[in-house]
Amino acid sequence: MMSEMIREDGRKFDELRPIKIEAGVLERADGSAYLEVGGNKILVAVYGPRESYIRRLLEPNTGVIRCRYNMAPFSVDDRKRPGPDRRSSEISKITADALRPALMLENYPRSMIDIYIEVIEAEGGTRCAGITAASVALVDAGVPMKDIVVGCAAGKVNDEIVLDLSEVEDKEGQADVPIAMMPRTGEITLLQSDGDLTEEEFAKAIDLAMEGCRQVSELQKEALMKKYSTE
Amino acid sequence: MDIVPEITRQSITNLVKNDKREDGRELTEYRDISIETNVISKAEGSARVKLGGTQVIVGIKPQLGSPFPDTPDLGVLMTNCEMLPMADPTFEPGPPSDDSIELARVVDRGIRESELVELDKLCVEEGKHVWMLFIDLHIIDNCGNLFDACELAVMAALKSTKLPVATIVDEEVVLSEDETFDLPINNELALCTFVKIGDKMIIDPTLSEERVANARLNVGVTKDGHICSMQKGGKEPLTKDDVLYCVNTAIEKVKDLIEYL
Amino acid sequence: MIYVENKDLVIPGQILADDEYYSGRGTFKDNGKVCSSLMGLVSLRNKKIRVIPLKSKYVPKKGDVVIGKINDVRFSMWDVNINSPYSGILPAFEVFGREKKELNKVFDVGDVLFLRVVDVDEIKKAKLGLKGRGMGKFKGGIIVDIAPTKVPRLIGKKGSMINMIKDKTNCKIVVGQNGLVWVKGDEDMEQLTKNIIHLIEAEAHTSGLTNKIKNKLYLAIDGELPPEENQEAEEEFVLEKPKLQNFKEELEQEEKEAEESKEEKEDKPNIAEVIEELKRKNKKDNPLSYGESSKNSFILNNK
Repeated sequence: MMSEMIREDGRKFDELRPIKIEAGVLERADGSAYLEVGGNKILVAVYGPRESYIRRLLEPNTGVIRCRYNMAPFSVDDRKRPGPDRRSSEISKITADALRPALMLENYPRSMIDIYIEVIEAEGGTRCAGITAASVALVDAGVPMKDIVVGCAAGKVNDEIVLDLSEVEDKEGQADVPIAMMPRTGEITLLQSDGDLTEEEFAKAIDLAMEGCRQVSELQKEALMKKYSTE
Repeated sequence: MDIVPEITRQSITNLVKNDKREDGRELTEYRDISIETNVISKAEGSARVKLGGTQVIVGIKPQLGSPFPDTPDLGVLMTNCEMLPMADPTFEPGPPSDDSIELARVVDRGIRESELVELDKLCVEEGKHVWMLFIDLHIIDNCGNLFDACELAVMAALKSTKLPVATIVDEEVVLSEDETFDLPINNELALCTFVKIGDKMIIDPTLSEERVANARLNVGVTKDGHICSMQKGGKEPLTKDDVLYCVNTAIEKVKDLIEYL
Repeated sequence: MIYVENKDLVIPGQILADDEYYSGRGTFKDNGKVCSSLMGLVSLRNKKIRVIPLKSKYVPKKGDVVIGKINDVRFSMWDVNINSPYSGILPAFEVFGREKKELNKVFDVGDVLFLRVVDVDEIKKAKLGLKGRGMGKFKGGIIVDIAPTKVPRLIGKKGSMINMIKDKTNCKIVVGQNGLVWVKGDEDMEQLTKNIIHLIEAEAHTSGLTNKIKNKLYLAIDGELPPEENQEAEEEFVLEKPKLQNFKEELEQEEKEAEESKEEKEDKPNIAEVIEELKRKNKKDNPLSYGESSKNSFILNNK
């Protein structure tokens, strides 16, 4: 039944918006990535591992990461005031939490990695897009990792479970389930859910989101290979 | 701030003394420039400028607001600059630094004083409703000379800006859904930035040239060759000859820069 | 079962082989599989898999020679920036022994030094010293900054690359294992050498690099290509541990690994072989796109 449904932008229920990923787009940063998905435009820079003077954040046995998710004032319809707000602070935190399990920083004790996610333009699903782009930037920076974390959302629109909600669907939909995972093991490193879902719908949503992650993961690999090889 | 190695200071100074630069440019030569406009669909005006490795994005968002009491029939321009920590390892997150505020104000001054935006046409209802244009500068990669890159980006973004047509119906402002008008602009300008190394003024400094230099001069010049804004920066003084040389050079160079718009 | 070939480009999380293979540097074992933890090239020797990273930050190791910048002068030591997540210290007694002198009269903030890593403590802080030939403060010249992983390529087999550049440009060149290079000579030659070094960095993994660099140098300096007979028949395509520099720790590590695997008969694997093979693969001087050309190309879509 659901496979027949056509969404407001013409996608099928399990179809991602068009995605473009590019690695290594900035000069100064140690690693960087640019990602477009639908109308989202996300730029990520990674600095580190580097020395940090914020001693209280450092750990004696491993490196630590710090993440800053920021929306440009012109990224949304009504100009956003510059600077952090409660939403961006939360996203910064959960993004760091989503990426941390993949990082292997034992060889970099007392060091810090800074991840700066800039939303240049937002069109629904920026947190997942930010995580996806941040992972590519981390690889580009040469940070050792167990896997390349990838993010994708599923949700409920018009009582149907659909993949990768657009801005309109996010606003009008009944639920949104953004996840991030490590595709090799299938372990989930970010999970949020807001809205109304039955147990069955939730299970469906998570399966769909994980499948979406696997597809995006292939595009991450492609972007990295494209940057560094002739194939 | 990163400490400049003494030998780098010496080598850059010696190069400039012999009319050379670390990237092989002449003292009055710009790095490669590229400008794209309409890069942000959600902004009414936008541009991305690359100047060598330096990259900035500018977005312009309009809002209806009340005019200032002393100019009840004029629109309002507000320029804000974010030196994002992504752009440079020494940039810190947090409220705008002094450098960032200076950059925004110098860029703003050029636009404002050249009066190239026809602010009177941004008045919807005198004394009540005018367009306020928020010009947001996003610095994403700092490889030196943010000033000139930002001014170019703002100029290009302004030229690409389209505003919805606003009318007054029953004392309420009504915005047209599909009808827009181009932001009225009657002039063009560009900024030329010089730094002093040894006793020479060089244009469009790279990051290491900026770090080695102790004095800076920004010269804003309009298409018709008028000086509309200047700013001296840095801890060392400049001579009158230095300043006159920069003005003279800027008036010539701005012609080339405006070609990119 | 192995899923990759020697010299393949791999990415973090990629499964390289099953349990019967040994996990070397740049890899880890998880759930019976050997996986890569880095973006880099596979180095396969017998049953041991390593991944040589394309990029990585310099982490100080005992015995390394590095180029550092004095960041601060303290009571009994200098703080030295060694282009690493970890800063170094140069204790006063490493310089004057028991003598008492004013530190900033000897080395001041902004001075650039050639140093040896004497010791590294458990939090990776490097204790530096000046014992060794040519150690101390640089006077004049320029500093060129490259990825530390590209240092062996810049030096070349037994110093072939770096010696060729030195001979042709008449520049003095000192390479720190932390990716900083000091160059001193004629002003124009310094700039040429800088550009050549950056070219080597950008094309470190391409074939025919030594000859390409040689041609560039001759063209830039003499205005013509080198005489045919000077073209080396056998391309040196090596990231061997250079003799000029002390890669003691690396060598020790290699030896340890050799013992571990009890396969001493075999030659040691290194990037050299990886590159050698790559060269054979890409006979036509087909560069792995590695740098400027593809850099900075991201395009914001217009609507």
